[in-house]
This record gives sequence, structure tokens and C-alpha cells, in this order.
Amino acid sequence: MQLAVPGASLITFGIHLLLSKKAPPLETHSYMLLFWEILGVSIVLSIAQSFWAGLRKWMRHMWPIFTAVILLLGLWDMITSGFHLLPLPYFPGPAAVLRNLINDRGLLADSTWHSLALLLSGYTLGVIVGLVSGVCIGWSTSVRYWGMPLLKVVGPIPATAWIPLAMVVAPSALVSAAGLIALAVWFPVTMLTASGVSNTRASYLDVARTLGAGRAYLIFRIAIPAAVPNIFIGLFMGLGASFLTLVVAESVGVKSGLGWYVSWAQGWAEYGKVYAALIIMAAFFSTVMTLLFKLRDRVLVWQKGMIKW
Amino acid sequence: MTNVAAGSALRVDEVRKSFAVPDAPGTRRLVLDGISFSMAAGELVSLVGPSGCGKSTLLRLIAGLDLPDAGDLLVGEEEILGPSAERGLVFQDPNLFPWLTVRRNIEAGLVARGVLHEKRHEVDEFTRLVGLGAFGSAYPHHLSGGMSQRVALARALINHPKVLLLDEPLGALDAFTRMRMQDEVLRLWENRRTTMLLVTHDIDEAIYMSDRILVMTRAPGRIDRTIDINLLRPRDRTSDSFLRLRSQILEHLHFAGKAADV
Repeated sequence: MQLAVPGASLITFGIHLLLSKKAPPLETHSYMLLFWEILGVSIVLSIAQSFWAGLRKWMRHMWPIFTAVILLLGLWDMITSGFHLLPLPYFPGPAAVLRNLINDRGLLADSTWHSLALLLSGYTLGVIVGLVSGVCIGWSTSVRYWGMPLLKVVGPIPATAWIPLAMVVAPSALVSAAGLIALAVWFPVTMLTASGVSNTRASYLDVARTLGAGRAYLIFRIAIPAAVPNIFIGLFMGLGASFLTLVVAESVGVKSGLGWYVSWAQGWAEYGKVYAALIIMAAFFSTVMTLLFKLRDRVLVWQKGMIKW
Repeated sequence: MTNVAAGSALRVDEVRKSFAVPDAPGTRRLVLDGISFSMAAGELVSLVGPSGCGKSTLLRLIAGLDLPDAGDLLVGEEEILGPSAERGLVFQDPNLFPWLTVRRNIEAGLVARGVLHEKRHEVDEFTRLVGLGAFGSAYPHHLSGGMSQRVALARALINHPKVLLLDEPLGALDAFTRMRMQDEVLRLWENRRTTMLLVTHDIDEAIYMSDRILVMTRAPGRIDRTIDINLLRPRDRTSDSFLRLRSQILEHLHFAGKAADV
């Protein structure tokens, strides 16, 4: 079982050596280095797991996935650089993508950094405004009367549809992109916060009032905590929307970030770079998503054992 | 203890309450039709009656969560105009705040009144009082029904209410837990002499616990009859006088028959 990953990497690298004799030596070299590393790490882990139960459990869980990923790399290699079943330059092999990843690491890191800064500023702004407007709409019937129709009409418009307007109104492309991301996040956060707050169990509010609670206590200590499970659904939906808006905004207006990098590389038909950026994006977005999951697990610790996550 | 606030007298005078009928706009259903009774300070009175006779509505009016259409409600000399920490309410569902630990649930009243800082020492006292010292940091969904209801009691008592309203607080518990909790509530009452009004479906519980039982009629609710329970505490659920009272009340509620022959 422990040999699955080293075995798979040997197979995949074997495929590469057999099929891609024409590949530039530099690409083969870094690809080979990658496999030496995988081979080395997996063998070390396989030995270490016999001393460490936690690692063994993790390996038993993750090993099939790692094996599959490595074998898929081999399949990709076979289809592209091996038998040339897909047209170049649109579908480079894994070795070429890896080479691009290494060569362009400076620009990629810089793009990731810019994307992160833009994402965080837009997301934070959207969440703050969304929480405030959601609580107001959820709590006050008069705010709900005026706010809900606006929310229902304006909210469903995809944030990216505002791009033409945002470009005219905003002082810079960066500000307009942050605003669009905030708008994309604002809608689901407001919607879910409002419904969470307005669906607070009436009996919680009754109990609190007989305990001497005033309005501030009812809003901040009862309605909002009761709405937190809902709010997190809004935060997750908003995060998904913010990724989309980020990439689109970067590829049309902003001159930095991963979205810009992808469209720039595509303009030069450097598809190796496109895939390299997609790999970084996948890692980046899933890390951000994982962090939000961790935050939820922390905040909603009181639900543990009550509902299935 | 100097911080024990003894109970207050309670007076309910010709209270009427009706609700709009959702299915038939414009019509109203009369729920309480001229309820009058009074309770002395520190008295424990039970309210029994058929379902839907407005017992819970009456309790909500006393709690100040709803206002009557007509009539007066007075605690001591003060009219009830809204909810207050002086009138605690415990429901059948403990309604603990699930996002707070046991300890934080119990201190909720202190936080709500902004006196947590001065009265923090009472949180431990009340957590222990209801026998939950070891569960302070547990979350409500880990507690059994009986434990949850103890937390709800402690949460209501920490405000030293002058009147404690209990809306079938033991209704959801199994028979054994229920009997244990009855003793527990009695112990709290005897220590603190809070005026307690207990809504219950359980005639035995009413006889076992209260000084007086108010029997309500079917809707629209009226006080039909008052039965004084002059048995010494602790009461024996199997004594002749207990059983005699029991069949007398059941007879009155038209549930006699076989039970009366036992």
C-alpha cells in the first residue's frame, strides 16, 4: 500500500522517458527532479508511518488520491507530448507546464500577491457592508420593506455585468475591481444574514426579554449569533462569487494578478503559462476556501455533534 | 443571604385577551375571558386546565411579552407594561441559547442587565445551586432534558425575580426525572421564597407542589375554581389525603370514572 505513490511516480516518469524523446532536455530535467522529490518524500513517509500512527492514518486516507493524481499526470503526458493527440500550443505536456511554473515563478508570485490583496480588500468590504445591511434588513421591518425589493432586483445581477459602469465611475481599475468584488460578496452575505436574523426563534427573543435584555442585547447577543450558521453560508457563496469576479475583473481592466496573467499569457499563445497560472489559482483559491472552513469550525464549535457538517 | 429578593404579590384583575384568527380576517378569538386572581408574596400556585384554555397566554401577559385587551396586571403595586427581569419565565422547551456554554447561558441575565461585572460571583453560585458545577463549559446540546431545564431555571433565578413563571417546565421530562425536578424546584422555592406560578398538565405535580391550584375552564379561559392544598411538605404522593384531592380534582375536570375507583 505505501508503495503506491512511489510506484505510480516511477510509472509516470517511465512514460515520460519513453514517450517524449523530443522534449527539450531542460523540461525533462525539472520534471525528473520533481519525480525524484516525490519518490524521496513518499519513501521517507512510508518508513516514518510505521513509527507514527497519526501519519499512518493520514496516509491511508490520502494515498489513493496522490496515486491517482500522479497516474493522471502520466496519462496527460501520454496524450500530449507522447502521442500528440491534442493540438499544440494549446495543450502542452506536464513537463512544459512545470518548466513554465519554474521559469516564471517571480511574475507568478507577484500576480498571486496582487490577486490576494485585491481579493481580500474587496471581500472584506463586501462582508462588512453585507453584514450591516443584512442585519438591518433582517431586524427592522421598515428597512426590510424598502431594502428587500432593492436587494431582490439589484442583487441577482452578476457583479461582472457592472464592469462597463464601474470603469467609468471608479477612479482606477483597481478600485473598480475591489468594488465589483465587494458587490459580488455583498449580495449573498446580505441575503443570508437577513434571513438568519429575521428567522431567529421568537422564543429566544422572549426568553432574553424576560431576562432584562434591551434592543442591543437582542440584536447583538441573540439575533446575530442565531444567524451565524446562515451567515457562513452567505460567506461561502460570496467567496465563490468573489473568485469569479476577481478573475474577470483582472482580465479586463486591472493590469496585475492571476486573471491578468492568464489573459496575458494567452495573448502570447503561451499556454504552458496559462496552465501554470491555473494550477496556482487552484491552490490559492482552495487554500482561501479551506481557511474559511477552518474559521467556521472555530466559530460554530457549539454546533459540533448537533448537525452533520 | 442578603441578595435574596423575596417574592412579590401578584394581582390579575378582569383580564381579557383575544387574538386575530389568521384564516378568517376581521374575526378575533377570545382566549381569556375576564381572568381574576391574586397571589400572596412567596406563594406557589399551579394553574391547570384543558389544552388551549389560555394558560400560556396568561403567563405571557404576566411576563409582559403580550399586553391584555382589558383588565389589570399588577406585581406588588406596579402595573405590568412590558417584560422585565423581575418576572422570570421558564418554558417547557428550555430554550437555552445553543451558541453559549452552560455558564454563559446562566450569566445571560447579568449581561443583559449590564451587571455581570459586579455579580460575576453569583454565576458559580447558581451553577452549583442547580447541580451543574461540572458542566459550566458544556454546550446545551450535550445536556439531557433535565439538565437543560436546570440551566433554564438557574438562568431565570440569577436575576432574583420577584415572580417566577413556569410554563410546563417539566412537561417534556420522563417520569423519574420529573419527580426529582419537582423536589428541586420546591427546594429552590423554599430557599428563595420567590412567588411562583406553575402551569402544568399534571394533576399530581400540581398537588405535590403548590399551595393552591387554580382550575381554568375550556376556551375562552376563566378561573373556574380554586383548590387550597393544605398538606404539609414534603408531601407523600401515596397518602390518602393526596389521593382524595387527586380524585376530587379529576372529577371536577370530568376525567374521573376509572381513576376515582382506584
